[in-house]
Formats: sequence, C-alpha cells, structure tokens
Amino acid sequence: MYEFSYHRPASVAEAAELIANAADGKLVAGGQTLLPTIKHRLASPSDVIDLGGIAELSGIVVNGNIVTVGAMTTHAEVAASKEVGEAIPALAALAGNIGDPAVRNCGTLGGSIANNDPAADYPAAVIALGATVRTNRREIAGEDFFTAMFETALEEDEIIVAVDFPRPEAASYMKFENPASRYAIVGVFVARTAAGPRAAVTGATACAHRAYRLEEALQADFSAAALDDFEAPVDKMNSDIHAGAEYRAHLVKVMAQRAVAACA
Amino acid sequence: MQENGIGASVRRKEDQRFLLGKGRYTDDINVAGQTCAVFVRSPHAHAVIEGIDAEAAGAAPGVVAVLTGEDLAADGIGPLICGVQVTSDDGKPHRAPAHPALALGKVNYVGDHVAVVIAETLAQARDAAELVEVNYRPLPAVASTADAAGEGQQQIHEEAPNNICFNWPFGDKEANDEAFAGAHKVSSIELVNNRMVTNPMEPRAALGEYNSGTEEITLHLTTQNPHVHRLVLAAFNQLAPEHKLRVVGPDVGGGFGAKIFVYAEELVVGWACRKVNRPVKWTADRTEAFMSDAHGRDHVARAEMALDENGKFLAMRVHTIANLGAYLSTFATMVPSYLYAFLFAGQYATPLIYSEVKAVFTNTAPVDASRGAGRPEATYLLERLVDVCAADMGLDPAEIRRRNFIPKDAFPYQTPVVQCYDSGDYEAALDKAMELADYGGFEARAAEAKDRGKLRGIGFSSYVEACGIAPSAAVGQLGGGVGLWESAQVRFNPTGNVQVFTGTHSHGQGHETTFAQLVCDQLGVPFENIEVIHGDTAKTQFGMGTYGSRSLAVGGVAIAKACDKLIAKGKKIAAHAMEAAEGDIEFAGGNYTVAGTDKSMNIAEVAFNAYVPHSYPEGVEPGFDENAFFDPMNFSFPAGTHICEVEVDPSTGEVEIVDYTAVDDFGKLVNPMIVEGQVHGGIVHGIGQALLEGCHYDADGQLVTASYMDYAMPRADNAPDFRVDYAPTDPPHNPLGVKGCGEAGAIGAPPAVINAIANAIGAKHVEMPATPETVWRACQAAV
Repeated sequence: MYEFSYHRPASVAEAAELIANAADGKLVAGGQTLLPTIKHRLASPSDVIDLGGIAELSGIVVNGNIVTVGAMTTHAEVAASKEVGEAIPALAALAGNIGDPAVRNCGTLGGSIANNDPAADYPAAVIALGATVRTNRREIAGEDFFTAMFETALEEDEIIVAVDFPRPEAASYMKFENPASRYAIVGVFVARTAAGPRAAVTGATACAHRAYRLEEALQADFSAAALDDFEAPVDKMNSDIHAGAEYRAHLVKVMAQRAVAACA
Repeated sequence: MQENGIGASVRRKEDQRFLLGKGRYTDDINVAGQTCAVFVRSPHAHAVIEGIDAEAAGAAPGVVAVLTGEDLAADGIGPLICGVQVTSDDGKPHRAPAHPALALGKVNYVGDHVAVVIAETLAQARDAAELVEVNYRPLPAVASTADAAGEGQQQIHEEAPNNICFNWPFGDKEANDEAFAGAHKVSSIELVNNRMVTNPMEPRAALGEYNSGTEEITLHLTTQNPHVHRLVLAAFNQLAPEHKLRVVGPDVGGGFGAKIFVYAEELVVGWACRKVNRPVKWTADRTEAFMSDAHGRDHVARAEMALDENGKFLAMRVHTIANLGAYLSTFATMVPSYLYAFLFAGQYATPLIYSEVKAVFTNTAPVDASRGAGRPEATYLLERLVDVCAADMGLDPAEIRRRNFIPKDAFPYQTPVVQCYDSGDYEAALDKAMELADYGGFEARAAEAKDRGKLRGIGFSSYVEACGIAPSAAVGQLGGGVGLWESAQVRFNPTGNVQVFTGTHSHGQGHETTFAQLVCDQLGVPFENIEVIHGDTAKTQFGMGTYGSRSLAVGGVAIAKACDKLIAKGKKIAAHAMEAAEGDIEFAGGNYTVAGTDKSMNIAEVAFNAYVPHSYPEGVEPGFDENAFFDPMNFSFPAGTHICEVEVDPSTGEVEIVDYTAVDDFGKLVNPMIVEGQVHGGIVHGIGQALLEGCHYDADGQLVTASYMDYAMPRADNAPDFRVDYAPTDPPHNPLGVKGCGEAGAIGAPPAVINAIANAIGAKHVEMPATPETVWRACQAAV
C-alpha cells in the first residue's frame, strides 16, 4: 500500500468536512473492498476517513412498516437482528449469506451499496424492496441509486446515513453463487407488496437493476409458474469464464422462480 | 506390537506446535540486518526487453540494490535446469531452451522474472520496484496447448522449432495398428486434462544469509527436498560449492509438488545475499504464487481402445499434447512421459499400448509435477475411456472393468509399458467398494432423486499408480539425473531417547508421528522418547526429499534398516554385559534377552553402555548411532476402486457429490488415521480438479485466474462424507510391506466424479472442471 492520512471522525458533519477538504479522500466503512484495493496498490487515496467511529451511523430501528438500517451496520448485525428477522426475513437471510463470517463482521450496508459492485447482494434488496437511501444531504429512491457499474447517484463527498426498508408482504432473495468468489453470478430479489410485485436482479448485468419485465409477468399471478415463459435478455448479460451470457439469462429465470416459490 | 507402534492411530506429534501457532515457517524467521526482495515481473506473456532503466529505482529511499539478468549472468550464476532427459523422435534429446533466473533480453510469460529490488523494508522495495522502467516490445503470445505446435504459430524459443520440446512415441505401433484393424469395436474419447494451480497454503519464500567469514550461504526455503535444492543449486546453478551451502526447509505449509522445484527466486535470493552481503528475504504474495508457482496437468489427449466381442481390451493408443509452459521446470519433462504413459495399462491386462506425446512450449508459467504428476492424467484418460467402452459394448461399467482386470494370481505383473506391478487384488477392491457403496441399491436411489427433480449418477474409477519413487537404476535408464534412494540416521542419546534423522521432508504428511511409530515398533522405545528431525542439510545426513508418495515406502525403509543395524550392534554390547554368547541374545519389545533365561537388558541400558563403555566388548565401536540408505527395488503400486455418486440439478447444472467410497490398497498402514487424512485430502484435491479448479489464460497469455476470486479451490461444503476402506495386498519387494498413500485420492477421484456426472446426465463426456455452466450445457445437449 501507499502512504495516506488516516482520520476517524466522531460525527457525520466532521466526516463531511474531512472528505471535502481532502485532495483525494476516500470514505472507508467496513473496508472489505477498499482495503484490499489499497493493499494491492490499485488505489492510492491521500486521505482515508474511517466512518467506524460515528455512533449515529449504526443501528437498526423499526418504526411501523419501516425498517431503518444505519449505514455502518454490519451484515452480521442485520443477519442476527430479531427486528429485521421478523419484519423482513429475506433481508436478514441475504445479509447472513454475504461473504464469510469475517466479511460479515466488518462489511456494512452503506459500504456495500456505495461501492455498488455488480455482483453485490444488498443492491437487489434496496431496489426490490423500494427502499430509500438517506444521506447527509437528501433522500434517494433505491431504484435510482445504482446508476452504473461501481457508480451510484451519490454526489462527491455525499455520505450515506441510513436506508429505510418498507416491510413487504413477502420477499425472498435467491443467489446463484460464483464457485470461486461466492459472489452472485445471478441474484434475484422478489417482493410481494401492497402496491404489487417488485423484483430486482444483481450479478447478471453491469449493475443491479429493477426487473420490470419480471414484475409484469408476476402482476396477475405471483407464482413460479407465471415465469415459465419468461426470458431474460441475453444481450444485456455479463459474460465471463464462470458464466456466459446465455447461462446467466437462464439463471435469472431459475432464481426468480425459486424466489417467488419461496415467498409462498 | 507396541502400543504406539505400527497400526496405531496415534495423534500427530506435530500438531501441538501447529495448533499453538508455534510452527516456524520461512517467513517467520527474521535475522539481523535483513533486507527485503521484490521481483519486477513481466506484465506481458511474450515480449522483447529493449531496455531496463533502474536508475530511479536504485536511488529510491532504502534501496540496497537493483539487480538484473545481466548481473546474474556476469557472475556466472544459473541458468535453471531440467533434470530428466526425454529422447525425441529424431533421436535427439528434448529441446531445453536456456532458462535464466532473471530475464535476458526477453520475457516468456506473465510473471517472468525481470529484475530484483532489494531494500531495507518491504514497502521500500515495492515502491522502488514500481520505478524500474522496462521497455518491452510485445510479441504475439502462444497460450493454447492444442495449437502451440500448429502451423504459423509464433515461435517462443529459437532452440525449439514449432514450440516442440519433444515428440515421444512409445510402444509397438505396427502391432498396435494390426490389433485395431482386427478389432470388434473401437471406442474413443477426446478430452482435456485441465491446468491446475497447485496452491499450497503457505506461499513460497526464501531467506538467504551469507557469512563472509566462512563463505557459507544458508538458504531457508519452502522446499520439499532440501538436499535436492542444495545439489542442484551447487552442481548446476553455480551458486556455491555443496559444502559451503546449507539449505533448510523449516516448517513448510503444504507442497503438493509445487515446492519440489528449484525456482528462480530461490537462486536469486541465494546469490543476492552474497552480492549485497546482507541477509535477503523474499516471500511470495498470493498473486505471485498464482503467476509463478509451477502449474500442473494441462493436456489435450485422444485415446482409443480396441475391443473384442466380449469387451476384452485388445489394444490402446493415445495421442497427447502436453503443455510444459514457457520454460522447463526442474522435472517437467518426466511428468507427461515416464510418469504418464507408463501408467496406461491401469488395472487392465491390455496387451498392446501405443502412445505419442508431443510436449509443447507456450507463453504460460512452467508446468511440472503436482500431486500425482502424470498419473492423474493417465488415470483420468483411461478410466473415462473404459466407461465409454462400457457404454459402446452395452456392459455395466463394473463388469467391463472386472473382465479386463489383471487377475490377482498374475502378480508380479509385467505391463506392456515398462512397469512391473508388485502386488494387487483389483477385484477385491472393486467388490468391497461396490458393497460399501450399495451399488445394487443405486437404481432405487436414482428413482427417488428423479422424483425430486435431480439426476443421480454413479461413477467408478479403478486406478493404479506408481509411487515409492524410485529405483535409482530405473531412473538412470530413463534419463533422470539423480538417484532416488533415501537415507536415515537413528541415534540413541546416552539417556536412552532417540533422534531419527530422515532425508525426507514433512510438509503436512505427519512424518514426525509415522516415523516415530515405526521406530517405536522396531526398537521398542516409548513413542514419546522419539524425535524425528528433517529438513536441514546441516543436520540430516542426506536425502532426496518428499514427493511421489515415497517417504514411508523408501525413507521409512531406510529408517528400519538403521534400526536393524542398531539392534545388531546392541546384541554384541548386551551379550558382553550379560556375559552370554552373542548368538544367544534375542531382541524383542525393546529388550535384549539371553535365550532361555530371565536375564534381560533394555535397549536404553545398552545405549548407555555404548556411550559409557567402561566394560565393553572388544572390537566394538562406542556409540549407538547408525546410518542406512535404501534404494527401492521397484516402484510401489497402490491401487483401488473409488465410487462416486452425484446428483445433478438439471435446471442449473449444479453437481452435488452425495456419496463417495474409496477402497484402496496401500499395503500395510502405519497410522490409519493419518492415512485416512491423506485419502480425504487427496480426494478433495481430485474433486477440486473435477468440479472447480481451472487455470485459465486468455488468448493474449494473460492469467485470468490469478486470485481466489476467480480460481475456485474446493471448500468443505464441496465435499461429502467419505467412506474409506482398504483391500491391502503385500508388496513383496518392500521390506515394510508399505506402498504410499499421499497422491492416490488426487489420482482416483477425477474420473470417478466425471464418470458419475456423465452417467447422471447421459452424456458421453463432460470436460473438467465440470462447472455448473458446463454441466448445464451438457444437460441441454443430452436432452
């Protein structure tokens, strides 16, 4: 790694000031992507601002039908949360199957969605559940948050504070894991809500996205059978040594059917 | 039998230090004045080096030296060598292009060594390495095994036209062709044996120290064979005379073959520590390990079997292209030749075998031995072909094997491919495996799986391997540059405890326990009073190291022979002490007894007498310390049948191994628990090759699978519970009756897994690694 200045602010306001004043600053949440990148000398920020000391960014609160998860809440905390498990069990299950225990005990919701890895799990939940991302400046609808591979709607120096997840009637996330990394080759999150079915797909394309065509297919009949004739567009799919585009498109359908079936 | 002797599942002595974190690996060792080395490596698969500007790097903070291939050549160090000769079909030796430890004007694979930066700290060395400016002129790369020797290919080495290292035909082609012409049926298969990265847990490392007072170099290395390293570095690489070079292989965290070889980094560190007159340490990071460890396997092969109307094998022929990578690693030529084609008989009485191997250079990392080395490739090819034969003949896969097995009364059995098998009862292993696996109940299990939407399949693999490497005369006849005996020293201390010095090296195998059990059994000394010492050329007398499942079958016998010498000497000492004739002394259970009397003396007392010889037999040397060497009379031939059962999810192509039975013949077991662990590990290695592991270079020779994000290693949830049992026979040429067990699983498992998948989905063949997409596509094609 290269040298950088390390900061550990105690408040979001302090963090915002530090990042604004840094020549080439980076916020670090759980560090599960940034730290390996720095170690491999693939990133050389001038300043690393550690959000780990900001108490207000952590924690889980349920208020009526809204589950609010602080940006610095770890995957392990979400997975183990009784409140999340009762309100949105699919979200707890998703968090409990990210990476391995070491990753889950360091990695955070905010870090995951800010990084927007195309194979990350959380973005699918944020989009499919119709969550709202709250930052130190504004609120962003979940489906508008993920804009491109490793890119989000966040402005320069904007800091995620929490994510509000509305409670669905039922939801499920099905992930087909890369045999090596165990990231999602394809992950499909479906939710049955009062406003109708919602679905999001991660891993399959450049960036997690809302799956309108899946939602349409499920509109009249929220069942696995309703997706029997569903075909995901092959030309939009990622292709690599682990899974070609055609196979990924096929997996979108299979994972979607399994997720829908699991909602029953 | 002693309580902790042969046959007891004694818990491993070495685990106390490993579990307490008290192991001492090369990178754990730090010495005063130590510097750190970082290698500048080629980012190109194939390029001419038009210039190296090291000025900025040399001036960077903390830099001690920046050294290049020219510095190395100027000091007359190297090049690296390949120690086994294969004669090509033109009667000339295999082509052996120069293999400089630091590049001279050209790089030939991604990760090739261009320069070394030595600095006070690792961070400074890394910073400076980025400042070394190398002016590359990229050339087209050769990355494909199948196409490397094709028309119009880019040439890699001037010395190797058409990128061919050797063409090696073996067998009687004419007789073979005749048998094929008259065959009832010919079955055939074409397949790839996937390239693997060996991936020991501990990455390679080297620490070099030079003492200008004694002019001695001490090299701590991640090595499976310290004396072999010393021999090659001294005799062939001109590093230092053998008596001025000490090589230590301290605790080593797994080798699986990848730490046999003499690597560029090791030679460079040894040379550089003298050059800069400071200790120099280098430890590979994982990316370097992926790029620069010798890889394994990587064949493209076609095999055919001629059958008679009863499904008897009449003749077999094989055409293989074997990728050796960019340069020849230490034993590279031996793997796809002698360790491969000489196993084509397998367990079968096939009378005629003809093989052609074309070994090629490519712009990829060197390829050499990896757990099994040649034998997994042979076994996979043969056992897949046998299943195709069974399908073509409408025979049960067990039945076609049974019809062709070498019968148990035919041993020793001379195969048509050089090897003479020691002992075996292949049908006994098959029968036992089928019973344990409940072969008869398979159809019912498959029907039940079908109700759950799963395709269940069962696959056999009846393998034989040649290990206990190796009879030196045979090695010499085949073009090997070394003898492959083993040596041991067994030393009593005056207080009666025992130090056993072995030339083998334990890097996970549990020798400190197994060999102590052996000595406990032979000498009757309590297990806890025996210490096994290995891995240091300054401590152990000599040795050829650990690979080819040789440590017990060869090294263990050397220990037993040293024990025999001690027992014999002790008889003279005991006879004198007990005032009896030597001929009346009997030795058993650690005690010398005067026959027919109750006069007895423990071996510890005898040892004390030998070191305090106040009253001592005339003409007998003091001391109780014996050396022995053992050169095996033959390879040993472990064999067995593995049966794998899988369930395939046709909707995703996922394969679950639901049942796995291994019945092996390893001869006598010294520590059944350790053997079972070796079997488990070997099978998991084989499952890794069959389902997960595939080293992938793209068309430009870039290594795509350079981390665990893309290279899939097997994990616990990829493996089932194993059912492990044995069907032992007694190898007559081995004084201990042992055969070796370390590689068997990696050899037996891949065809068992793939045969099961092919059976499940009704396909002729599925390539390894059988990833979900590969299997899904095969399911689509089979529908």
